[in-house]
Amino acid sequence: MSSQQYLDLYQSQRTLIDKHAAPVLNAQREAAAEVLQRVGLSRPKDYTHVDPEALLAADYNINLARYAVPTDHNDLFTCAVPELSTSVHYLVNEQLVSHTREGADGVFSGSLREFALRYPDVAARYYNRLAMNEEPPYDVRSQGTNVTAHRPLGEAALNTLFCQDGFVLYVPDGVAVERPIQLISLLRAVEDFMACQRILIILGEGAKASVLVCDHASQLRDCTLLSLQVTEIFAGAYSTLDFYELEEHHADCRRLSSVYVEQQEGSNVAVGQYALTAGQTRNRVYIDLCGHDADTHLYGLCIADRNQQVDNITYIRHRAPKCQSNELFKYVLDEEACGSFVGRILVQEGADKTDAHQTDRNLILTPDCHIVARPELEIYADDVKCSHGATTGQLDQAALFYMRTRGIPESEARLLLMFAFMGDVIDGIRIEPLRDRLKHLVEKRFRGELDQCRTCAIKK
Amino acid sequence: MNNGPSSDDVLKDLTTSEYKYGFTTDIDTDIIPKGLNEDVVRLISAKKQEPEWMLQFRLEAYRYWRQQPVPQWGHVKVDPIDYDNISFYAAPRKKAASGDVDPEILKTFDKLGIPLHERDMLLGRATGTELSAVETSSTMAVDAIVDSASQKTTYRDKLAELGIIFCSFGEAVREYPDLVRKYLGKVVPVRDNYYSALNSAVFSDGSFVYIPKGVRCPMELASYFRINSSGTGQFERTLIIADEEAYVSYLEGCTAPMRDENQLHAAVVEIYVHERAEVKYSTVQNWYPGDKQGKGGVYNLVTKRALCAGDFSKISWTQVETGSAITWKYPSCVLRGAGSQGEFYSVAVTNNYQEADTGTKMIHIGRNTRSRIISKGISAGHSQNSYRGMVKILPGADGVRNFTQCDSLLLSKTCGAHTFPIMDIQNPTAIVEHEATTSKINEDQLFYCQQRGIKEEDAVSLIVGGYAKEVVQKLPMEFAVEAQKLLSLSIENSVG
Repeated sequence: MSSQQYLDLYQSQRTLIDKHAAPVLNAQREAAAEVLQRVGLSRPKDYTHVDPEALLAADYNINLARYAVPTDHNDLFTCAVPELSTSVHYLVNEQLVSHTREGADGVFSGSLREFALRYPDVAARYYNRLAMNEEPPYDVRSQGTNVTAHRPLGEAALNTLFCQDGFVLYVPDGVAVERPIQLISLLRAVEDFMACQRILIILGEGAKASVLVCDHASQLRDCTLLSLQVTEIFAGAYSTLDFYELEEHHADCRRLSSVYVEQQEGSNVAVGQYALTAGQTRNRVYIDLCGHDADTHLYGLCIADRNQQVDNITYIRHRAPKCQSNELFKYVLDEEACGSFVGRILVQEGADKTDAHQTDRNLILTPDCHIVARPELEIYADDVKCSHGATTGQLDQAALFYMRTRGIPESEARLLLMFAFMGDVIDGIRIEPLRDRLKHLVEKRFRGELDQCRTCAIKK
Repeated sequence: MNNGPSSDDVLKDLTTSEYKYGFTTDIDTDIIPKGLNEDVVRLISAKKQEPEWMLQFRLEAYRYWRQQPVPQWGHVKVDPIDYDNISFYAAPRKKAASGDVDPEILKTFDKLGIPLHERDMLLGRATGTELSAVETSSTMAVDAIVDSASQKTTYRDKLAELGIIFCSFGEAVREYPDLVRKYLGKVVPVRDNYYSALNSAVFSDGSFVYIPKGVRCPMELASYFRINSSGTGQFERTLIIADEEAYVSYLEGCTAPMRDENQLHAAVVEIYVHERAEVKYSTVQNWYPGDKQGKGGVYNLVTKRALCAGDFSKISWTQVETGSAITWKYPSCVLRGAGSQGEFYSVAVTNNYQEADTGTKMIHIGRNTRSRIISKGISAGHSQNSYRGMVKILPGADGVRNFTQCDSLLLSKTCGAHTFPIMDIQNPTAIVEHEATTSKINEDQLFYCQQRGIKEEDAVSLIVGGYAKEVVQKLPMEFAVEAQKLLSLSIENSVG
């Protein structure tokens, strides 16, 4: 089992790990070690492709001593989304290299470690509460092949085991953060490296914020980079949050990401997962609608070619009445790419007046692609409106022909159609300049001009 | 269709009905001791006077089954089955000399509405229901199976004139060993799954159908399964072979007495379809569902699969599932021949504490194959109703088309309705569509009916009837009437 090497490392380096973290973070490690020992790392199940156990079996370097990465972020990269003025934070290999900001209104954005040292009570209340939640499946009958209900506990435990710092956004009750917060995360190493990235977002009652995470990697030499990510989001009553993740990695990158969202009554959360370039990626999103009238939007987009693999596993749980959820995922696979979409909507008993919709649409372009779609509904309440739809097909031949008769070359016509296909996922983004930017990026990606993210000019 | 039961009939049924096939018949039955081991397998084989290859087939299956874990993936709660407490062979003793069927059995089938006298073939008369409008002139050949043994197969001679073989499986093994040997286990291999392996080891009887080249079977073929003895299970095996350009429509029905214990039914149906042939397989499943507290009832754990081996062949499954405490059933289509077609139409109704996990698999191997899935689930009471399906497109299957629609209707606050499809696509020319909805009965429709003086219960029955119509109308006419009635009975007292 590949988890053993991490447990051994933890046992031998405990003092070092604890020294560079905060008591609140350290307090969780013992439990995490116990969980990792007990459940191990997850294996690909039921038609998913990415194998965390195998990916984590390699011998990665982990920066436990917190050696500073010699960077000057102004020198390093600028991620320009025109007309979008953001408060930018930089993470290089999981370490925050920008300064923590704390406003007069009580908004805290920056280092998780600092936050945990200064506000240990608040941090302890939220940190690790969702990621290591070992709640059993709602119904024992679904124990069998319920891929989605089984949380990737092993991976969350591994992240918790080595988490020393991360990014936190705390917005107190009633405060609206107008400027979007952008977190630019860069993986940068000269040898095989694993980063345990941790994000914690806490929104008080009636608070409002939007967060954009851009995942980049710069490959300095021939090496494998793995990003093990855990994101926990708490949306208080009547709060509004936009959370978008843009992945622009390269073929040797591995990404195991888990996003957990807990929504209270009347909250409105949009989560977007946009995989433009990936190596092997597994995204898991868990959304718990705990209070009535909560509203959630989940979008996903994946463009993959070569031998890239992208799995998206989502689980939306309606625990309270009158909640709405709306989920839309789209894949375009080319060359030998593999993709999986497993999405489950659970409506618990008593969650009446639920309105839940899920859609998955896929385009596959070559005979070597492989796509698996598993849209699932599990419903225990009767006064509900739930639906899902999944389709897989090709570009509309009639539309292609129409364009060609009007003098548009076939390659251009195909691009136009593919671009249009992705349109409604992008339209879901609620920050307008970002929407425009993403449209531009998707177009570039389809034209093959986005091998590396050139717009975020990585200078080194 | 205006020849369905009148609303008065429905009302009467609704107020008085319990599971009406729950009686037992006192028949002189030959039951072997409980338990399962190699000796039991040998004993069953010996009782059926089978050749050596058949015994070897059983033993291989038994040895494989013993090593297998019990499958856990269904959305059902199957209490552990104690295989040592089941008798794997129970056959009514035939009246020695005459070889005739025990009159008690004839009476039983009369009571069930299944005519074993060829002159009584008018189903309307036999069931005793008012079907004067049906006045059907079509006939139906029946293979009647009680517990482990086939009792009588009607119209055999008439069918034989056309070269059609329709007989019990046991007879087929003795009389047409070459045919059986050629096809047995070709569609559902011994090692296919846990329950099919169990069936392969201990199956006792079932129906065998062979339609020769170019023959269109002139009547519906039907098999009727009845569990009678207590402490037994039923493990029947059906094998249908449609040779080139043949056509057959096959019906299957089943009932069991009311018992407190859970009885096991693990059947295997294999269908082999040659070039340009067509098979239509319809099931109305009405095993004893258990009482209102969920006690007793049949565990219906069956494997059904059709192989469209020839080009342009076609298979169509239609099922109405209303009975059984637990249903675990996925009639599947392997579409190997180019241009072959698979269809699956299903209505599954669960009430009280019933659990159903049912659906289909469409495996597209050949070019230009097409499949269509229409599944309607209705759950009431405390029941759980799941659709589980797979559409798989293999790399060589160019130009495949699939359409799937799964709707679920919820009639109570305490039931569950679930949809678990998988679409596994490895060919870029495939067009695969899946859509599913889950909701309760439309309040506007209900209000409209009630406003016009239709009682709530009747209105629900009416709306459910309309909801299921798309599937029910695919059934042969005689069955459709029964099925519609069964639907209204199954959702009885489930409003609210």
